[in-house]
Amino acid sequence: MASANTHDLLRLITCGSVDDGKSTLLGRLLHDAGLLRDDELAALGDPPDFSRLLDGLALEREQGITIDVAYRYFSTEKRDFIVADCPGHAQYTRNMATGASTASLALVLVDARKGVLTQTRRHSYICALLGIRRVVLAVNKMDVAGFDEAVFANIEREYRELAARLGIDSVTAITLSALEGDNLVQRSPRMPWYRGPTLLEYLEQVPAQADADAAPMRLPVQWVNRHGQDFRGYAGNLVSGRVAVGDAVVALPSARHTQVTRVFDGDKDVTSAVAGQAITLTLADEIDIARGDVIAATHDAPEVADQFAAHILWMDEAPLMPGRLYFLQLGPASAVARVTAIRHRVDVDTQETQPATRLEMNEVGYVHLSLDHAVAFEPYAKNRALGGFVLIDRQSLATSACGTLDFALRRAANIHWQAMSLDRAARAASLQQHPRCLWFTGLSGAGKSTIANQVEQRLHALGRHTYVLDGDNVRHGLNRDLGFTDEDRVENIRRVAEVARLMVDAGLIVLVSFISPFRDERRMARDLFGVGDFAEVYVDTPIELCEQRDPKGLYAKARAGELQNFTGVDSPYEAPLDPELHLHTEKESVDALARRIVEFIERV
Amino acid sequence: MSELSTLDRLEAESIHILREVAAAFERPVLLYSVGKDSSVLLHLLLKAFRPGKPPMPMLHVDTTWKFREMIAFRDRTAAETGMDLIVHINQDGVRDHVGPFTHGASLHTEIMKTQALKQALDKYRFDAAIGGARRDEEKSRAKERVFSFRDAQHRWEPRRQRPELWNVYNTRVRKGESVRVFPLSNWTELDVWRYIARENIPVVPLYFAAPRPVVERDGLIIMRDDERMALLPGEEVRSERVRFRTLGCYPLTGAVRSTATNLDEIIAEMRASHTTERQGRAIDHDPKSSMEAKKREGYF
Repeated sequence: MASANTHDLLRLITCGSVDDGKSTLLGRLLHDAGLLRDDELAALGDPPDFSRLLDGLALEREQGITIDVAYRYFSTEKRDFIVADCPGHAQYTRNMATGASTASLALVLVDARKGVLTQTRRHSYICALLGIRRVVLAVNKMDVAGFDEAVFANIEREYRELAARLGIDSVTAITLSALEGDNLVQRSPRMPWYRGPTLLEYLEQVPAQADADAAPMRLPVQWVNRHGQDFRGYAGNLVSGRVAVGDAVVALPSARHTQVTRVFDGDKDVTSAVAGQAITLTLADEIDIARGDVIAATHDAPEVADQFAAHILWMDEAPLMPGRLYFLQLGPASAVARVTAIRHRVDVDTQETQPATRLEMNEVGYVHLSLDHAVAFEPYAKNRALGGFVLIDRQSLATSACGTLDFALRRAANIHWQAMSLDRAARAASLQQHPRCLWFTGLSGAGKSTIANQVEQRLHALGRHTYVLDGDNVRHGLNRDLGFTDEDRVENIRRVAEVARLMVDAGLIVLVSFISPFRDERRMARDLFGVGDFAEVYVDTPIELCEQRDPKGLYAKARAGELQNFTGVDSPYEAPLDPELHLHTEKESVDALARRIVEFIERV
Repeated sequence: MSELSTLDRLEAESIHILREVAAAFERPVLLYSVGKDSSVLLHLLLKAFRPGKPPMPMLHVDTTWKFREMIAFRDRTAAETGMDLIVHINQDGVRDHVGPFTHGASLHTEIMKTQALKQALDKYRFDAAIGGARRDEEKSRAKERVFSFRDAQHRWEPRRQRPELWNVYNTRVRKGESVRVFPLSNWTELDVWRYIARENIPVVPLYFAAPRPVVERDGLIIMRDDERMALLPGEEVRSERVRFRTLGCYPLTGAVRSTATNLDEIIAEMRASHTTERQGRAIDHDPKSSMEAKKREGYF
């Protein structure tokens, strides 16, 4: 019992070409180590066909191939193992990536008669891409290669060259026959020239999980635990470092500083925790921290950025289109992201780089990514948890890609941290849009807000960054102190126009929805903007129709004398003389009008 | 460098999964089957959200053929933990008197378990259902993701599983679609028992050996839990020291002869065992792909 509780865990992946004998190797290894149960063994037939142990889907048994990754669990006296047995076919590369992502070691099988094949290179590349730095090269089927040392030595030499190019630091080559059990558990008397470990010996002694205890502390916040009046804890798995009560920490991206007051390991109130544990922290100061934020050591905090260089493996049938928007999931942090550029594609089989304008399924590219907001991150090579992400298609919600962050693009760092003298053009360029103000004017009930909202939704779907300033809403906040006298109406418009100008300066497309009955004030607003950055949209609805709609019951009140200075009733509306867009709401639907406005914006 | 044990790592992984579910879904639910895996799952769930309360109820699909001790344990557990418990029974099946003796194991399971589960998920519009299944239980389970996507008809499509990298889970579903979530995916039967021992988790007493009234039928040792089990010619009820490795409907669950009356003895027995735990389930003795076929139809 005591020893069982201190067992450590090795996660590995097996990969290799079709027919290299992966499933057979695993089945035979378990059998020879005495780890196959009687009912499992009986199901494999007589003599046992070990390859049938893992192919669990009906289709896989019919076609005799592995489609999806299968997980197999076993323990020896020395340690516990989780083996991800991965498909060999190129079309199931994404499933192999699934298996590789949680492994710290790859077992790469090579058929002694065939040597290093295209698939061997592909799999090794994917393993390296996902950060596996340790490989066991299992040269299999030595029984049909005459147990020839030269065959083994040649394959080992060729593979070591490949591994060195891919950045795989550690390669251990083992010569074996899975079918006959040579060098799996029992040392083979038929290859006396081999002096290395058997496969099981190696797997039992290789270092298991490399925990990042020595690295700086990082806690991606998964869940804010609120309990009773006072308890507010931040829960998540500590992905690196150690944390103790009293530690100085910083919350990112807000960059607010505080100290740790309590540490919970699960539900136990403890004084410290280490990487790998599921913890909850409470903090000295009440600062705003949400799911997706990162709590980190103050003295060594990760970077915060919104633009990155990254490798991605495309896994969706619909190809990657630069410019399209995807959901990005980086640990518990989500964002809307677009690939702004494909720097190159990597031929997974040869590792050569090629120019590309799109990525098809199972292709790897090196890309630039732009997010809608900044997130805390670390390069994947340094920290898998803060550098590994997936992209999710916004329509199908499929997991379209996995990727590894490399570094933040300098542009993003400048914008966020150095407050450089960036101008409007630079911000507009980074948002990839023409910022401008659309000023919707018209009677109360004419349909300004309805149309503006519809336009905003359409623009959002196109990936535009927008904001709607609505007359009624602004009066609840910014202009709460203003009434409906002529002076206050002018000030009302002035403030809104100034806010819209700041937003356009920040790169947004701003939709202002205001009755704004007077030409002079509308001209004042227009004059704040550059030529082509302001468009007047006249929402023209006959007053009878407005009164009939009367969505807020204001006309009724005005007619009853309960509202003074109501536009169209006892205060004039000055129709625009030369608006950029003139909309007749009684003739066209909201949809049609909204479409027309979007076309106007996208055209100019 | 810390030396976290396998159990420490499995626990942390499962808690992470449970917190993801709570954070990402609107209407999550814990599928509580009363067995040992459910006991571990519930323990982890309580742990993940302390000092707060888990933000989800638990659901028991009662086939009306569970061991009586299971139902008593279920109600005691709900009372002691303060969890909200929803019990769902397929009333159509009750009306038609569906049972394993009259309708056979497959049809009974289909109506009282699979259909009942679908009814409950639809009725309460749960968008994430957490279950205690483990990948080491069965071959098609070994292939399933932790967050396993289901279409609006609750179907699993094994060829179109979403890739699942690291512990970054795609939790997005459209209206009507849902996920099954398996926080114990990477646990083995032995891990479950070792963890129950380490954390002192209560389990149904049926897991421990005791003299029980049993009948041998079709190669299984069946405990006669009530009068609904009529004896066939030549059968007799004997008292034997038995225990159960898995729990379900009593007529479909085979006991094993055992003297293990505490956790250490159970663990020792299991280490020496030469068969898998599903040996004792009548429903799993169907043709080869039965589990996969059932899952595609919406079985958990």
